[in-house]
Amino acid sequence: MNAPLLSLITFLPLAGAIVLIFIPKEERRRLFIAAIAFAVAAFVLSLVLAVRFDGNEAGPQFVENRPWLGYGIHYHLGIDGISLYLVLLTAFLAPLVLLASRTSIRDRFKEYLLFMLILETGMIGVFLSLNLFLFYVFWEAALIPMYFLIGIFGGKRRVYATTKFVLYTMAGSLLMLVGIFVLQGTYARLSGSYSLDIFDLSRMVLSNSTQTWLFLAFGLAFAIKVPLFPFHTWLPDAHVEAPTGASVLLAAVLLKMGAYGFIRIGFPLFPDAVKRFAPGLAVLAVIGIVYGGFMALVQKDVKSLVAYSSVSHMGLVLLAVAAWNTISLQGAILQMINHGLSTGMLFFAVGVLYERTHTRMISDFGGVGRKMPVFAALFLAAVLSSLGLPGLNGFAGEILCFAGIFAAHKIWAVLAVTTVILAAAYLLGMYRKVFHGPVTNDRVAALRDIGGRELLIFIPIILLMFWIGLFPGTFLKKTEATVSRYAATVQSRRAEHVRTNRPRLVSEVTPELEAGTGETR
Amino acid sequence: MPVFVFIPLAPVLGALVLFLFGRRLPRRTISALACSTIAAAFVFSVAAFINLLSTAASGQNILTYKLFTWISAGAFRADAAFRFDPLAAVMVLVVTGVGLLIHVYSVGYMSRERDYGRYFACLNLFTFAMLLLVLADNLVFMFVGWEGVGLCSYLLIGYWFEKPSAADAGKKAFLVNRIGDAGFLLGILFLWTAAGTTSFFSLEIAVAGSVIAPSLATLSAVLLFIGAAGKSAQIPLYIWLPDAMEGPTPVSALIHAATMVTAGVYMVARLNPLYSFSPAAGQIVAFVGALTAVYAGTIALVQNDIKRVLAYSTISQLGYMFLGCGVGAYAAGVFHLFTHAFFKSLLFLAAGSVIHALSGEQDLRRMGGLKKYLPRTYPVFLVGALVIAGVPFLSGFFSKDAILVSAFARGQWFVGILGLAGAVLTAFYMFRLIFLAFFGNERFPAEVKSHIHESPAVMTRPLAVLAFLSIVAGFTGLPAVLGKRANLFSRFLEPVVRPAAEGNLSLGAEWTLILASAACAAVGIWLAYLFYVRNTALPGRWAARLPRIYRLLGRGYYVDEIYGAIVVNPLVRGADAVYRRFDLGIIDAAVDGTGRAAGYFGKAAGLVQTGWIKDYALAVLFGLVIFLGVLLF
Repeated sequence: MNAPLLSLITFLPLAGAIVLIFIPKEERRRLFIAAIAFAVAAFVLSLVLAVRFDGNEAGPQFVENRPWLGYGIHYHLGIDGISLYLVLLTAFLAPLVLLASRTSIRDRFKEYLLFMLILETGMIGVFLSLNLFLFYVFWEAALIPMYFLIGIFGGKRRVYATTKFVLYTMAGSLLMLVGIFVLQGTYARLSGSYSLDIFDLSRMVLSNSTQTWLFLAFGLAFAIKVPLFPFHTWLPDAHVEAPTGASVLLAAVLLKMGAYGFIRIGFPLFPDAVKRFAPGLAVLAVIGIVYGGFMALVQKDVKSLVAYSSVSHMGLVLLAVAAWNTISLQGAILQMINHGLSTGMLFFAVGVLYERTHTRMISDFGGVGRKMPVFAALFLAAVLSSLGLPGLNGFAGEILCFAGIFAAHKIWAVLAVTTVILAAAYLLGMYRKVFHGPVTNDRVAALRDIGGRELLIFIPIILLMFWIGLFPGTFLKKTEATVSRYAATVQSRRAEHVRTNRPRLVSEVTPELEAGTGETR
Repeated sequence: MPVFVFIPLAPVLGALVLFLFGRRLPRRTISALACSTIAAAFVFSVAAFINLLSTAASGQNILTYKLFTWISAGAFRADAAFRFDPLAAVMVLVVTGVGLLIHVYSVGYMSRERDYGRYFACLNLFTFAMLLLVLADNLVFMFVGWEGVGLCSYLLIGYWFEKPSAADAGKKAFLVNRIGDAGFLLGILFLWTAAGTTSFFSLEIAVAGSVIAPSLATLSAVLLFIGAAGKSAQIPLYIWLPDAMEGPTPVSALIHAATMVTAGVYMVARLNPLYSFSPAAGQIVAFVGALTAVYAGTIALVQNDIKRVLAYSTISQLGYMFLGCGVGAYAAGVFHLFTHAFFKSLLFLAAGSVIHALSGEQDLRRMGGLKKYLPRTYPVFLVGALVIAGVPFLSGFFSKDAILVSAFARGQWFVGILGLAGAVLTAFYMFRLIFLAFFGNERFPAEVKSHIHESPAVMTRPLAVLAFLSIVAGFTGLPAVLGKRANLFSRFLEPVVRPAAEGNLSLGAEWTLILASAACAAVGIWLAYLFYVRNTALPGRWAARLPRIYRLLGRGYYVDEIYGAIVVNPLVRGADAVYRRFDLGIIDAAVDGTGRAAGYFGKAAGLVQTGWIKDYALAVLFGLVIFLGVLLF
């Protein structure tokens, strides 16, 4: 009865990639159908997962744990409230991305689909791994296909952009790898046996200096991925050069791996270092919010505008993580999904414009609303979702982030709220220039509105935006158990650590979940 | 489910249908659908109102209904819940009643527009959002309506989005409102942390029980008022409203006069326990309101665009409402909101009729003598002007007087006198408009003259209804001099809006004030007559004598230019400079530099690999010498 659901979801796309190898590259149609079929199958299974997922259970579910390479390296998958929606988001977007590639990718279509499917496996694997080594494997596995997607299918400066992206990310992940070995060794020394299980490792109380170094090693890898100011400059380049589909997944999913890393690994494993570094992290996050917003304001390319808006939005997510309480974490998780939907949709939309006009310069447009009324309306919905209009998804996440951050530090929240103004300024400013005003050039005059296939991409995203915006409870209730336990565990671990600073192993921490979950009221 | 829950239902369904299928439906269907949904909402509102009257008799005058838990995490919780009480009842009646008339009027006014469906979709959506705003039972849910009306305002100001000025005006309105909203959000957060709730009911209890520290109450009240200043166009955030006149005139009437812009006043009245609890916040509200009332009035004196006169007039009248709320006379403030909804939408719609007649002309300098051409528009316009000017026994007179009496009764002489001064300005600019448009020489070209026509009945009938309401609405709130129980309006609101502390104004003083405000109206009208009918050379002479002041007022004190120079431009230019010099010039250059340095290092290291055996031999020898040296010494 118990099919290995998580493994299936993770590896179905990879299986699809293998199948694609045997289809000749001239048969675009068959390649396309096969790729979509596998991606859709993974999505359907993820829906099954979501339905069967028990929201009252705080720990990981659907666990698969088998010894693999020894030395604590297990094939260990599991899903809980923190990873559930990230997996769903990935599995939801992947078929849409493939759908969008049908017309936008002319050459080397087969490779494109192949890399996309491998990428999907990598991304889902990251969110499902409960073993640090496995996590690292998937983390890197997601990097490689993205390297090729940008490097082969990108724009003029694609080689520069992709090299920068890979080197930057590699620099971070190498440090993480060293950190993983250190953790493995320390655990072996304390317990006498090997383990890289994230939950085992989080039972270690490490000395202050070890925690500091390890947090910095992991934190850098995650911060680059988020990206946290000042590690963000790879992002606009990568986005501008990447093909539409890669941009969508980069913004919607890859960036979340960084924030996810902080929630899953950075904060639980090094609670004491976090106590020292959280304020610094928060400062960088606040700078990111404001700075990213202002940078977005002056971009001339729609894609780099959206890229900088990601810096700003992910800054808010990270600030909520740094605040670390049930409300802020619930907000952060929901906001990651929201950002994935709104920014993903914005990149799809920019792709639609680019495909028709071969430009992304804001100044090349104007009056598009008259030529493409349906597209303009859908684009506006994405803009409104991104700027946090109540009733759409962005607000539900944003208000929880604000409230959680506010409960932790009022000043952080006051600064973070500026995003409400900035997001409206850069997004509506861009919308004004692209969609409003008279039609002034032939390129725009020749535009035709979006059709069936494009609607098929946009409509599901829009529906989700409304669903999350109107009934966020259906989403929040599945994550609350895990999140409140995480919030409480780290808080109590911090308290524990205050008492003694001797490296040792503690038994499973089971704090009271109900009262006093660390909310500052 | 109680009947008030159904009030917003029809408009949202209408909006949904029109957004999805509006481009394919025939115009008649669109008009019928859009108007009937608002009519349904009006019927539900009346039913809910009657129901409230009957339950109020048994002491139950605050009804709530929870739809579902909207957002909930940890200790944060916001319900999708409605609250129907006398204040909400007044608001839904105004929103759906005036809204219905304006929908009907729009059928005529917008009949030749290309995007007919989009217009009514937005208008229906607006009505829905406005109803949510006034029916919400907590601040977070209220924020949905608050932002929803802002969105519709953006969409409708920019209805003619191909026109750059309209598109810019829409964006400006949204942005300026967002500045206010940032304050509003922080206000919500401060209140939530202080009281642990955002529901109006629990907040009132928290305030009454002094759960909230006074300083925190003041802070959150002021932050919320920043939001109100944005939405209700008060100093310093009023700048979007004059530009909002780029939207179709019925939109100006509904959104930018009768309903949305009064949301800030409504919010302050809704939170009256909080504002009463914090005298400092109340004082700020009163000052800002009084200043805005006079300030906007002065700008209105010299505007030549018929709609801009009305826009500044709206800002000024909203100032009066805040003045009333600020001094604690919430019922008076809401009463002015109520009467203003009728007479200002009347004025806007009548102005729309004039513009319609003159083929789109909005400049007063190219009007004149229209009285005989517009026999149905002129009288209602005149009624509107008389009402807003404060001519005794009309609604504007009663409501403005109620505010001023309360101000003086509480010893707020400064704001009270500002209010009286504003009354003179109001009467003057309004009759200046009347005289310039309907009297004197015909200053429009022959081309326009040949097309002049009175508007169709679908437009003039709503005008007649509004004119009637503008005249009689005042009798619901008669002043205290006519009997302690004469003010039905404030008695109705009592369950929500605590009756103002007994004024210490003697009967004689109150009569004096009534006469004074009547005199203010008379002076204003007489001056306008003097300037624009008796001696039409006077305005030009004054303008020539005081050119600087004339220009200063004409340009609205150059506030747009000042904001541009000290806020917008520095920020945008600064951001651009930071982008080029810092983001690209330093951070990104450092990243590239690191990459290049690694490359150079590799190349430098590569130089050693010459491929010549003798070089390697030399290196080995060199190393050996060093090695031995270290070993030996």
